[in-house]
Amino acid sequence: MATGASRADRTRGRLLVAPPFLFALLLLAVPLTVIVLFSFWSQDFLTLDRTFTLANYREALTDPLYRQLLFRSVWIAATVTAVTVILAYPVAYFLSFHVPPASKGLWLFLITIPFWTSYLIRVFLWKVILGFNGVLNTTLETLGLIDAPLSWVLYNATSVVITLAHAFAPFAILPIFVALERIDRSLIEASRDLGESRLTTFLRVTLPLSMGGIVAAILIVFIPTVGDYITPRLVGGPDGLMIANMIQTQFLRLNNAPMGAALSVLAMLSVGFVAAIVVLGLRRVAGLGR
Amino acid sequence: MKRPIVELRDIHKNFDGEQALDDLSLDIAEGEFFSLLGPSGCGKTTLLRTIAGFEQPERGTLTLDGKPMEGVQANRRPTNMVFQSYAIFPHLDVARNVGFGLRRSRLSASEKSNAVEEALQMVGLGGFGKRAAHALSGGQRQRVALARALILKPRVLLLDEPMSALDRKLRETMQDELRRLQRQVGITFILVTHDQEEALIMSDRIAVMFDGRIAQVAAPGELYLRPASRRVAQFIGMMSFLPARLRGREIEVDGFGRTDVSERQAPGGLKDGPAEVGIRPEMMSLLSEPPSQGQRAASGRVSEVTYYGDMSYYAVMLDGTDRTVTVSMKNLPGGVTAERGEAVTVSWDPGSLMIF
Repeated sequence: MATGASRADRTRGRLLVAPPFLFALLLLAVPLTVIVLFSFWSQDFLTLDRTFTLANYREALTDPLYRQLLFRSVWIAATVTAVTVILAYPVAYFLSFHVPPASKGLWLFLITIPFWTSYLIRVFLWKVILGFNGVLNTTLETLGLIDAPLSWVLYNATSVVITLAHAFAPFAILPIFVALERIDRSLIEASRDLGESRLTTFLRVTLPLSMGGIVAAILIVFIPTVGDYITPRLVGGPDGLMIANMIQTQFLRLNNAPMGAALSVLAMLSVGFVAAIVVLGLRRVAGLGR
Repeated sequence: MKRPIVELRDIHKNFDGEQALDDLSLDIAEGEFFSLLGPSGCGKTTLLRTIAGFEQPERGTLTLDGKPMEGVQANRRPTNMVFQSYAIFPHLDVARNVGFGLRRSRLSASEKSNAVEEALQMVGLGGFGKRAAHALSGGQRQRVALARALILKPRVLLLDEPMSALDRKLRETMQDELRRLQRQVGITFILVTHDQEEALIMSDRIAVMFDGRIAQVAAPGELYLRPASRRVAQFIGMMSFLPARLRGREIEVDGFGRTDVSERQAPGGLKDGPAEVGIRPEMMSLLSEPPSQGQRAASGRVSEVTYYGDMSYYAVMLDGTDRTVTVSMKNLPGGVTAERGEAVTVSWDPGSLMIF
């Protein structure tokens, strides 16, 4: 009887996971396999040569253009992540510790309002703000703070960082907020009671206990920004282009899918590598690596 | 009494317009085991948190060890606290929890780890230093919280309902240990509790609090035998109340009859007119024989029997009244027992009546 029941349970369990499993298989595993396969093939004008080769990887790793783009992608993503998390932490902290519980929901709602508009529109908005005759420059000129429009704010890496940091702010605020909310307030009082000031209490109790949220925020921001395509395309200019733009060029303009695939795999590997370091490193720092 | 280590003068505190502490004054002597006892919401935890520095009173002064505490933050006060939730740091092991407050001390690393081990041994957790915080049982968490507070040798240790999360057996053990520990270290302990039994067992003195005010401060025995008001009497132990009428020194109690009383039986003074009489269960007994000469007795009918093993409590409806009194009897071999519905004779002692 017992085994019969558990077998029925197992069947039901399998039926329940089947649709998402098929979905994941079709939309994640299959394309991923195709990409990996392509990266070991080569393109000969219009024909695809299916013999195994490492030539794409050799070229990707030796050509300074690809190396520079990959390095820049990781660098921009790291900067965006740092800026976003550092700016998000105080917001999340304020929300968790200084907003009365009854109005926390309203505050969270207000924080998410800008994200009701599409990502694309928000990127265009930043173009309007940062542009040569944009909001920022005309304001500063009218105020007499600058004589000529600032040129370094648009069509370079800085504008990519600003736009992406804004786009990902709530994704960093929310996990940190949740981590801070889960800290038992008596722990903070206990630290004060045991002789620590506000600052040292933050460093010894609040910060390590919110490390889980910080790690989540770092990963949530870093992983998608490395491969971001729209933002560098629209506000990046030639100096702000990232690896995703090159992958798009390889696939759709140069008709070199194997090269694009190899670059994609390399981008994925660098993301995975950095993510692993972040998870392992910060966990150890926080003493959470039990 | 030794000089007070904690002096509270006219402390007033509001929470969102609601009065938590109402012009409260209190002295606590050095080396005392002092309890703040009261129902939930009476302000006892607020008072403890005011002493710790987590709440700022709107008015009044607090002096700890002779120093005024106004504007002194919690981390600068000579107090340490054992929190109701124990507040064990989940990201630190037992030794780091216990040694948390030693960071600012001038001890060397080895002296610190010795102090930690010593503190752990004191609470019976020797060798537990490497244990992770989440691997501790409720009783062990409480011991860690105690060790963490005592290692800093505070002038006053504050305990916020430390036993409320423990099961009964463990609670009894911890009550014994806490008492022993307090005698051993000689530090002033201030315990907040809603459990009158716990307060009676552990304390040198108890302050009973209602509605942000202190109703009575006394040693456990005095509190039990000479409650200052009906409300205190009702809160501490069990007491039965009977309507009565007072005239001079003579009182007529429903169901009991007339008797003479003295001034010391009436904390509010003897005033002619309607009054209420309180009597403890052990001050009455069920009689197996007719009352002897001079013994006062009343007749009634048992309406409920509550069995506690060593004792039984009998609720007796007194003849001619609609009130019951609770009588406690030891369950001795061959002793008097009664069934529900049985007619019984209850003897009582006029000297033990309290008049409110």
